[in-house]
Order: sequence, then C-alpha cells, then structure tokens
Amino acid sequence: MAKKHAEVGTTAVAMAMRQINPDVLAAYPVTPQTAIVQTFSQYVADGKVDTEFITVESEHSAMSACVGAAAAGARVMTATASAGLALMWEILSVASGLRMPITMVNVNRALSAPINIHCDHSDSMGARDSGWIQIYSENSQEVYDNVIQAIRISENEEVRLPVMVMMDGFIISHGIEEFETLEDEDVKDFIGENKPKYSLLDVKEPVTHGPLQLFDYYFETKRQQADAIYKARSVIEEVGRQYEKLSGRSQPIIEKYFTDDAEYIVVVLSSTAGTAKSVVKELRKEGLKVGLIKPRIFRPFPYFELEEVLKNMKAIAVLDRSCSFGAQGGPLYIEIRSALYELVQKPLIKNYIYGLGGRDISLENIRSIYSDLEEIAKIGKVEKPVSYFGVRK
Amino acid sequence: MVSLKEIVKKERRLSPGHRLCPGCGASVVANMVLWATDDPVVIGISTGCLEVSTTIYPQTAWNIPYIHSAFENAASTISGVETAYRALKKKGKIKENIKFVAFGGDGGTYDIGLQALSGAMERGHNMVYVCYDNEAYMNTGIQRSSATPFGASTTTSPAGSVIPGKLQKRKDLTYIMAAHKIPYVAQGSISHWRDLIKKAVKAFEVDGPAFLNVLSPCPRGWRYDSKLTINIAKEAVTSNFWSLYEVENGNWKLTYKPKEKTPIENWLKKQGRFKHLFKPENTHIIDEIQNYIDNDWEDLLKRCGE
Repeated sequence: MAKKHAEVGTTAVAMAMRQINPDVLAAYPVTPQTAIVQTFSQYVADGKVDTEFITVESEHSAMSACVGAAAAGARVMTATASAGLALMWEILSVASGLRMPITMVNVNRALSAPINIHCDHSDSMGARDSGWIQIYSENSQEVYDNVIQAIRISENEEVRLPVMVMMDGFIISHGIEEFETLEDEDVKDFIGENKPKYSLLDVKEPVTHGPLQLFDYYFETKRQQADAIYKARSVIEEVGRQYEKLSGRSQPIIEKYFTDDAEYIVVVLSSTAGTAKSVVKELRKEGLKVGLIKPRIFRPFPYFELEEVLKNMKAIAVLDRSCSFGAQGGPLYIEIRSALYELVQKPLIKNYIYGLGGRDISLENIRSIYSDLEEIAKIGKVEKPVSYFGVRK
Repeated sequence: MVSLKEIVKKERRLSPGHRLCPGCGASVVANMVLWATDDPVVIGISTGCLEVSTTIYPQTAWNIPYIHSAFENAASTISGVETAYRALKKKGKIKENIKFVAFGGDGGTYDIGLQALSGAMERGHNMVYVCYDNEAYMNTGIQRSSATPFGASTTTSPAGSVIPGKLQKRKDLTYIMAAHKIPYVAQGSISHWRDLIKKAVKAFEVDGPAFLNVLSPCPRGWRYDSKLTINIAKEAVTSNFWSLYEVENGNWKLTYKPKEKTPIENWLKKQGRFKHLFKPENTHIIDEIQNYIDNDWEDLLKRCGE
C-alpha cells in the first residue's frame, strides 16, 4: 500500500534514498540540497539504512569518491546544487566516460556571480553535455519517482551511465507538498541487485579502469558513449512503463497537457509546468486552444517526440530558466528549434528566458505568454525571437 | 623482516615493459611499496608520469585492479573504493581482505591534490597514500611545484640573468601529514630499500590511513645521467636533504642517521637543475640551502628526541 506524506521536497528525496538503501553515499552540504544529506545522515545514525556515508571535504571529492565506489561495484548516490555541481564538473565527464552508474540529485540553483541561492537551471544546463542522463522533476512526487527509476536506468547493461535528477531549488526542495511513497519492499524489488561487470574488488580478474587513450582509441570510446545515451531512451521508457504498473503514475518522456487540439503551446521544464497547467485549465474554460509540454528527459533529448507533437502548432513559446550566453536563445529553445528543422511547415516559435536567480513567474505572466502567442500567430511572424521575461529595463 | 631473497621471488605487481624513462624513480617506488604486502591490493593513481606510462590503451602494466580518474583526486577516488569495500564486505558480498593504495606525484599531492588527501586522511579510510616526490611537474615538462627545492631551475622557475631559479623553500608535506595525527606517516627513499619496505609494511598493517613520502629522482628533470638514480637518492639522504623518519601514533622516530653528513654542495653539483648556483654571483644560495637543511635537521632531531 502506498503511503501519503506532506513533506518538503528534500524529504521526498531522502525517503527515496532510504528505500533505495545505496551501498555508498558521498556528499557535501550546499544550499538548497543540505536538508537531503542532513535527513539521510539521521537515517544512517539511526541504523535505518546500511549505507556507508562518506562525508567528503568538497563536491569534487564527492564525485571522485562516487566514481571510485561505483568502479568497486557499489550502488552509489550523491546530491548537490549550483556551485557544488560546478566544482564536480571535471569528474562529471570522468563518471560518464568510465560508464559509472551513479544517481545524483541536483537541486537547481543559480550559479555565481552574483551569488544567489535561489532557483534557476544554469547549474544543470551547464552540465548538459557532460554525458549524464538528465531528468527534470515538476514536484516532490516526480522527484521521488525519478530517483527510484534513475537507479534502474543507470545500472542497465545497455546504458551504464550516470543519471542526474533535477528538482527546483526552494520552490520544490523547501515547499511542502503531498506525495505518495511506495512500500519499502516494492522499491527493493523494483531496483533489484546491482550486478557490476568489472569491479575493482574482483581481485582475481584485475581490470584497469581509466587508461590513457590518444588519437588511436579515444574517438571510438566516445562514439560508444554517444550510442549508449541514445539507447538509454528506450530503457527510460521501459523502466517508466514498469514503474507506472507499480505506482499507478505514468512516466512519459515528455508530458503532454491538452495538446491534442492545441494551437498555442508552452514548453517548459520542472515546477513552472505546474503553474502553467493551471493557466491552461483556466484558458481552456475560456475556449482557447492552449496546451503545455513538459519534457521530463532533457538528455537524451526527445527530438522525435517533440517534433511529432509540435508540428501542427500555430505558435510555440519555449521557456528557459537559464541563459546560454552568446547563443541564439536558451538551451531548451535551441534544442527544440533544431528538432523542428526538418519540418517543411515550421511553426512559429519564441523563446522566453525567465526566472533567473529565483525570480517568480506568476499565473498572469504565463497568461500573457499565451496572449503573445495568439498575437504572433495573427501577424504570422515572431518579431523578437528571444526575450528576457519579467526583467527590468 | 624484509629479506632480499624473499622479495625477488615475489610477483611484480607493476610488470616490466611500461614506458617510464630509464632511471625513473617512480616504478622503483611502486614496486618496493607493493612488495610490502601479500594481500590483494587495489591501486589508484593520479594523473602523472606513473599513470600515463603504465596504462597506454589497449595495454596495461598493472597485474592488480587499477583506477585512474583525474589529477587531484587519487585520495578521494581510493576513499570511495575503500568505502565500497567496507559496505560490500558488511553485506557478505566480498570475502577477501583487500588493501587500498593511492599513488600521486608531488604535483598531484603537495599541490592540486592536497585538499583531497587531507580530507581522505581526516576521514580515517583504511588506505595508504604514497607520494612519489620528484620535486616538479615532470609529466608536463618540469614545471615547479611546491615540492621543488629552493634554488632549482625548472621550466616555470628558470634560472635567468635576474632570477636564480626557484625563490621559495619547498613545502614540508610530511610534517603536514604528521599534523593530521593519523596512525602512520613516514618519509623514505628508494636508496634505502629495506627501510622503505619496512615502512610500507607498517603502512599497510595499521588500521586507518597511512602516508608515505618517497623521494623519486628524475633524470630528465634533475638533469643527471640515468644510471645515477639510486646514488642521487642516497646522497639526498646522507646530506640530510631528505631525512628518513616515521611518525607512528604520534611518536617521531629517526630511522636513519648519517654517520657523517655530506655537504649539500656535492649533491647539488651532480644535478643540472642546480648548475647556475655555481656561478660566483649565486654561490651564496648554496650557503642558504645548507643553512635551511641544517635548521630542518635540528628541528627533526628535537622532534625525534635525539
């Protein structure tokens, strides 16, 4: 029987971690992730998990210890945010390049400078090419569900890649919401046993992890890695189907909300999708053909799914909670425009960069974006493809 | 007891055929340390000479499980491996008693990896960290590190017409590690192999972290004939430039005391990196170096109750 809770998002993550009961957790405190490791530390202190918790002296060492522990065949987890993820940067690509199954929760927070502790996606978007699978969560329920699925995805023999599960800092991490947890036994059965193939602790079959590869082999290794993350797409879907059976909650690669007959659509990640859904509901009552798409998976990017659902739209607004400085728009927008390139009849598309450093986005704000889309469709072109939404002049 | 007869019978964990330079001290350090235990060993190495020269894909010179992750994180990587071992052993998934060792050069230990090393030692992992100290960034082409001695010419502290080589004293990492108050800290040299292997035996035996700092002469960087490596290492010890001692549970002990101290000038003269010091305008630097060595030796004697 599922249990209902009303807790903050960090507790939802810690509860999932307790049920997963990883062999090793290596983590360093950073706002707004801190409550995750604090709650988990208490589980360790109270003997509610078997986990060995490595209280490292930095995030660089957190990820390094995760790589070492995963290479030794342990099931490994960590959590971080913002500056912590930035400090891990070098070892993120070591983790994916060595094909280490590691599950990490990143509580999205703005990057310095200026220093800011609130939500935007500049931290994880900065790591979008690090070779990690990236899953974005709208609310506490989703982050709980995604963390459990991440274990299965990362350890899949075809994949063997690290997975980053995102939740919005403060908005979700520190907001109390209702969510359901599965039974401990169900989680245990669902994730199963980790079966490492090349463990460092297999002293009878010694393996060299992390050798030097130059121009003669490096490229092939990277090509295999590129194939692996594309293969992860079907694994993510299969794990999602099985998880849906267990939980009753669907786990789509992209969530479609009133898209069937929609003409105006907003595409947005994470918690803002929740706000946008209630706007869609209101506007639908007023008879407007509006809808919403929330990609759950950002890496591997769901090109085909997005192309399929967006191709008949009159106008699309892509909301990005981070900047790709010097690029033609935010990361989500760039990818979606690329996904639509093959279409002969391309829908009109506009990018809104919003909410940096935790600036709130209101129901009225999102309403105005749908009005913009109507206007864009009416005049048949996008005057200003990239705009900074809600910023003072 | 460490006997040469028994040692030569042991399998080499680092096999011959690797691509380290002739006369390199690093492979000697690795073999001597790894001879000190008969238990299975898992090794982690930071980016550097020992790493790049022993694992050129698709070949590997390692007969034991090996991991390389990055430059500054050999200590934290092995701390993860060792923790995984404890977690899996607790669950009955691992039967063997395994030892864990991390190797780093002085760049990866004194400089960029100091934080990760300090953290791993403080956390008390049951691991041995070995620094093979060749006193500069040799892998990238002889750049100065905080282990480079005062007066040495390197490619980033070159002797020029105005500046006579490195202007700063080297950091005393062994003291820093002793200040961590871990069960075992020692300084060794490949010239005094019995002393070094004994220290490695102790390092593997203690329950908790151990640190070994081993001088590893580098013919390329120090500019001497590669056949002289062991002699150069030996004279570093007899001149008190590199003293042999250990700190076992807080007890400082000198493990070798030269019968007669050899002047540092003789040692410097054998190495091209100090050549500029013998120009008349620079000879005062040699006196300064001698002074530093004498003061450090006095301090060490006091600590060791001599």
